[in-house]
Amino acid sequence: MAPGRNISVSEASRPKLPRHARLKFDETRQVWVILAPERVLAPDEIAVEVLQLCDGVRSVADMVDQLAAKYAAPREAILTDVTAMLQDLADKGFLTEAREKTS
Amino acid sequence: MTTDILAEGKTASAAPPSDGLAVLEQKRSTAETFGIPLAVLAELTHRCPLQCPYCSNPVELDRGSSELTTEEWKKVLSELAEIGVLQIHFSGGEPTARKDLVELVQHATDVGLYSNLITSAVLLTKEKLSALADAGLCHVQISFQGNEPIVADRVAGLKNAHEKKLEVAKWTRELDLPLTVNAVMHRQNLHQLPDIIQMAVDLDADRLEVANVQYYGWALKNRAALMPTLEQIEETSRIVEEAATRLKGILAIDYVVPDYYALRPKKCMGGWGRQFFNISPAGKVLPCHAAESITGLEFESVRSNHSIAWIWQNSEAFNRYRGTGWMPEPCKSCEFREIDFGGCRCQAFALTGDAGNTDPACTLSPMHEQIFKDAEREAAAHQDRFLYRNFAGGTLETEGEHGA
Repeated sequence: MAPGRNISVSEASRPKLPRHARLKFDETRQVWVILAPERVLAPDEIAVEVLQLCDGVRSVADMVDQLAAKYAAPREAILTDVTAMLQDLADKGFLTEAREKTS
Repeated sequence: MTTDILAEGKTASAAPPSDGLAVLEQKRSTAETFGIPLAVLAELTHRCPLQCPYCSNPVELDRGSSELTTEEWKKVLSELAEIGVLQIHFSGGEPTARKDLVELVQHATDVGLYSNLITSAVLLTKEKLSALADAGLCHVQISFQGNEPIVADRVAGLKNAHEKKLEVAKWTRELDLPLTVNAVMHRQNLHQLPDIIQMAVDLDADRLEVANVQYYGWALKNRAALMPTLEQIEETSRIVEEAATRLKGILAIDYVVPDYYALRPKKCMGGWGRQFFNISPAGKVLPCHAAESITGLEFESVRSNHSIAWIWQNSEAFNRYRGTGWMPEPCKSCEFREIDFGGCRCQAFALTGDAGNTDPACTLSPMHEQIFKDAEREAAAHQDRFLYRNFAGGTLETEGEHGA
């Protein structure tokens, strides 16, 4: 089994979209979409904001800090929501983790 | 927090299909919604080195000389992106038989389309696949006819096809391209399903499409050789369900049931002219890849002086069975009319002679009982010889070959 399957999202994770999932603004329908094999997903506003932070460099902890500061919201609540959302996307195969090249 | 909005484009799924346009364009009722499709199937050519007896291409194949040119396809791709199509499936025939495939994938990427290659894989080299990846190809689907060469090569009508497919599947994953294994299932390979599922896992595929043959065109001609028994179908459903649970998060499985044995018809293409069209090698814009089997319907071409959007919205063929207004009874007053849209027009035409009738796959069709009996009878008759698909109208498998 290749790495990247069945990832478990934690504060230390540095998630990113895999190459087969593309986040794109659909000009015709004026909505954000995630394009994936045989799928088009419609992420809501919050999901779009989080996904735009998923660059494989930032950790989940960094993202949560950033969002907590921006919205002046409790960090714990944001961490719970963001982790749940990212885990859901990861389970569906639309999110992977940046990792060091080992070979 | 995310909604899955693209129903499986080519075939109906066992799970209730999510409805992309209804989510994205919540302005009108379900029946009236037919915004520009999210995904379009481009059948680049009908040429193919394989001869599968259930080929989804029409019996009357488009000749190579009638195919759209590179420039014509590029113009089509640009136009599709401009009107709001998001994904393009390059299919065939065998799309890699087109020498300009890399150029077309690159163009799709340049205009912002998400591209998918639906291939038999037998013509691909590692260099070619690598060039396609560099051109921005997003996803590869490889068809398999079985899990080992004896059955698989016989169904494909091509020696060493299976071995080559395995090789290309490995290259696909080495290039970090997501892989879908497409397995078309019928009476003569259903016994291999557990091994095909394991093969998909071993190949590190992301998705597996287990699609029972749908009977139009070539498959209808081969129905007696392909029709599974009811026992096989019940066993298949159990196997798929068990595997889907066991492999959650490892391998996604889409399952297409054979509708002769179903109680309700499939929501074919998500409804005629509602969320899908395909473009034939010669440039016809079609509501589904089998639509040309319905005689008496005229289909407009991208070579006409109409835009693709105009053809989609205004042409007679698309409007003929769009929505629910065309329906006779029992569909007209049926509570499921916006769920299944009366099933499949091509199947209604093939089995009743009138595309406007209720799909006989539905228990409410007066013909349902008859086709159920026909299926059981044909499945039990052991007429196993294939009529292979080709440009000559088909070639019957020689006696003895099918004993393998």
